Amino acid sequence: MGDLFVLVISCIFINNILLAQYLGNCPFLGTSKKMETAIGMAMAVIFVLVLAGGLTWILNEYMLKPMDVVYLQTLSFILVIAALVQFVEMFLKKSIPALYGSLGIYLPLITTNCAVLGVCLINIKEEYTFIESLVTSFAYAAGFGLALVLFAGVRERILLARVPKPLQDVSIGLITAGIIAMTFMSFKGMV
Amino acid sequence: MIPALLLMLGVGGVCGIVLSLASKIFYVYEDPRIAMVEGVLAGANCGGCGYAGCSAAASAVVSGQAPASVCVVSGKTGAEAVAKVMGVEVGNAEAPLSYNMCEGGSRAADKYHYMGVSSCKAMAVVFGGKRLCGVGCIGLGDCVKACVFGAVKIGPKGYPVVDDEKCVGCGACQKACPKNIIEVKTLSERLMKFNQKNDPLAPCAQTCPAEINIPLYINQLKEGKYKEAVRTIRLRNPLPLACGRVCPHPCEDECRRGIEDEPVSINQLKRFVSDYEMNSGSRIPITCAPDTGKKIAVIGGGPSGLSCAFFLRRIGHQVDIFEAMPKLGGMLRYGIPEYRLPKKVLDWEIQGILDLGIKSFCYVKFGVDFGLGSLMAAGYNAVFLGVGAWEDFSLGIEGENLEGCFTGINFLQRISGGEKIKLGRTAAVVGGGNTAVDCARTLLRLGLDKVYMVYRRTRKEMPANEVEIIASEHEGIEFVFLAAPTRVIGDDQNKVTHLEYLKMQLGEPDKSGRRRPEPVEGTETLLAVDMVISAIGQSPDASFKKQDPQPRMKELELTKWNTIDNNPATLQSSIPYIFTAGDAATGPSLVVEAIGGGRRAARSIDLFMKGKAVEPMKDSLQKKRIHESIFTHVDGVKKTPRAKMPEISVNERLDSFVEVDLVLPEVDAQKEAERCLNCCRICYNPDTDFPMAKKAG
Repeated sequence: MGDLFVLVISCIFINNILLAQYLGNCPFLGTSKKMETAIGMAMAVIFVLVLAGGLTWILNEYMLKPMDVVYLQTLSFILVIAALVQFVEMFLKKSIPALYGSLGIYLPLITTNCAVLGVCLINIKEEYTFIESLVTSFAYAAGFGLALVLFAGVRERILLARVPKPLQDVSIGLITAGIIAMTFMSFKGMV
Repeated sequence: MIPALLLMLGVGGVCGIVLSLASKIFYVYEDPRIAMVEGVLAGANCGGCGYAGCSAAASAVVSGQAPASVCVVSGKTGAEAVAKVMGVEVGNAEAPLSYNMCEGGSRAADKYHYMGVSSCKAMAVVFGGKRLCGVGCIGLGDCVKACVFGAVKIGPKGYPVVDDEKCVGCGACQKACPKNIIEVKTLSERLMKFNQKNDPLAPCAQTCPAEINIPLYINQLKEGKYKEAVRTIRLRNPLPLACGRVCPHPCEDECRRGIEDEPVSINQLKRFVSDYEMNSGSRIPITCAPDTGKKIAVIGGGPSGLSCAFFLRRIGHQVDIFEAMPKLGGMLRYGIPEYRLPKKVLDWEIQGILDLGIKSFCYVKFGVDFGLGSLMAAGYNAVFLGVGAWEDFSLGIEGENLEGCFTGINFLQRISGGEKIKLGRTAAVVGGGNTAVDCARTLLRLGLDKVYMVYRRTRKEMPANEVEIIASEHEGIEFVFLAAPTRVIGDDQNKVTHLEYLKMQLGEPDKSGRRRPEPVEGTETLLAVDMVISAIGQSPDASFKKQDPQPRMKELELTKWNTIDNNPATLQSSIPYIFTAGDAATGPSLVVEAIGGGRRAARSIDLFMKGKAVEPMKDSLQKKRIHESIFTHVDGVKKTPRAKMPEISVNERLDSFVEVDLVLPEVDAQKEAERCLNCCRICYNPDTDFPMAKKAG
């Protein structure tokens, strides 16, 4: 249990998928202009990532490994994740329309998100168990959400600042992201 | 190699099968038309229609919640395509357009500490950024950034200017603006907007009973855009020619320049631009919203009825006016003499209103020729009752029925109607209001030798317009102040020979603040006259209430002054589908008051037509002042004389009914417009380079 806790802390803070691994930068920049969209996106990522993490672990453990075709990981994961997201979208639309209403528009954005794929591949590389995979998937997604919400807050504040013209909008966003990443480096050595 | 291929094939196959099964199992029935409708929408996902994206809009169309014209981006062609899918007629939805309310952009640097902030939203968050104005345009252009169609630009005056051609009314700019400066409204919404607590309004615009945007039209006049200025006035006042001549301009009393200098001659400028239109030989087109198919009866073709009809027509309703007199115009035609408002001018103006597609039926009297029952049977959905106040009060003294005695409105109306009345040589007009002055001046023009005005208080208390009093003094009318008529004396042929009055003295001020006249005993005086006209006030003629056989009519409540009782905010009477304004509701009042009332009633009628609750507009000012905008002194004003109103000489006047007041020449109008400080709520353009910021400290 203690191990899992350490795992969660390390996934959220030390190995933050966005700020330490630099994955999932497109939605990070795209959906962080407003706090509202950032929170919606964060929720959608948590939801999809936990499902994808579990499914890809099963795929890897019971199909790729026995058939000795682990080198097909990337290819097959993309296929499975894309199908999964589509499936989830259909399922939500039918069964939980309210949830579909609030997460629906973000789901297609995640279909081939590198953060999702990245986390699945990391899970395999680190040879986590099924439970560990689920926990790390959740924790990475939570870390993604944390970074996204923090960043959205910062970007809303940047509006107050006088930004030199060449650096406006995405440019200053990337610089800010870099600085936030550096601050996250201070978590290194915590575990 | 083979296992790899097989595996990928297998995984792919499983995914495909699962998805196809899922699409069967989790199938949600969706009208195929939704996809078809979505296909023809613009696909901008702008949310301008009020739905969350194009697919949501498409499902709203299919479920019948939204009209075919839902998409604000694809416009008419898009609406036609949607209608084709749906197999319905295109609803003539009105296109909303974006427009800006604040005129104080160039003064923004005076109003705000920018501190390097570069977005309006951010500025609005920083309270310290506000130096002066809580509502005005910050001018950093969040609206410009929000507009994906390139329709909004920050104009040369520092506030956003909208290019109507490019604007699709998506509403993005309105959402981006933290100050409610830029608003996206349809024409109908603009026409039915009332002054609200948080609007950027100059004191004059707050005061005007018709709520005309005065600084805006003066500014347009200054720029030589006379047609634009007329359009601005017509958003609030359908009778600028008449108002420009007869309005006692309460706005000028509140003019900020007037605190340090003479006020701007606002009404002269209104008259200048509206005369410009009339003399240009062509009418400026007036746009109306698409037809709604609702029918409203307007009873009374006076200023309130014309105003109500005009605005109802412009927002798309079908309106018919019923008038008891031979011609439309009400008091404007029958109460105001030719020399103040020529009939030709009035006819031109009324024709412009009727040209919008309003039908009028004259010579039909409510309660006599038709009633509530016949209106309902004819399919009218609501009734506007603007019958005016045409019943003269009588003096209640002995001898009032002698030959040579008349009552004010009745007299003016008969003269205006062209009736030949047997006149005397000398006349006494009793009363101190506008009707009395009009009677006296009319009598002079009819060739009488001497006209007295008998008023029981003094000149200071006279309720008539100051300019009218001055004009009548010039024309040689003799005033008998502090005199209360007690008796009209006649000869053996029942013809008037004298008016007897009692001298008065002023006592303590009464409730209205005017000092109450008290009679001085034993001071009876005789005035030798052969005509007596009493013009001491009017009340509405509510005889229709008794004459109309419709039992419902009994529910119509009247006040103790015989005016029609209504909810003062919505103007709805005690019968829900009857609305009322003008003199019939307020008692004798200003033309501009009736015009404002007509528009207010039009809004309530529109709400009633749409089945919505008839409620007043939220935070509506209703002539209340915005406290912070009323100054006690104004810095930076250089005294400049006000434009003098040109008028014809007294000799020319007395022989005819030719219009006395003339229109300002263009040069003078321009000069007068220059005097306008272009005020807003708290800022203005000072004459000297006095910085507004210093004032706020």
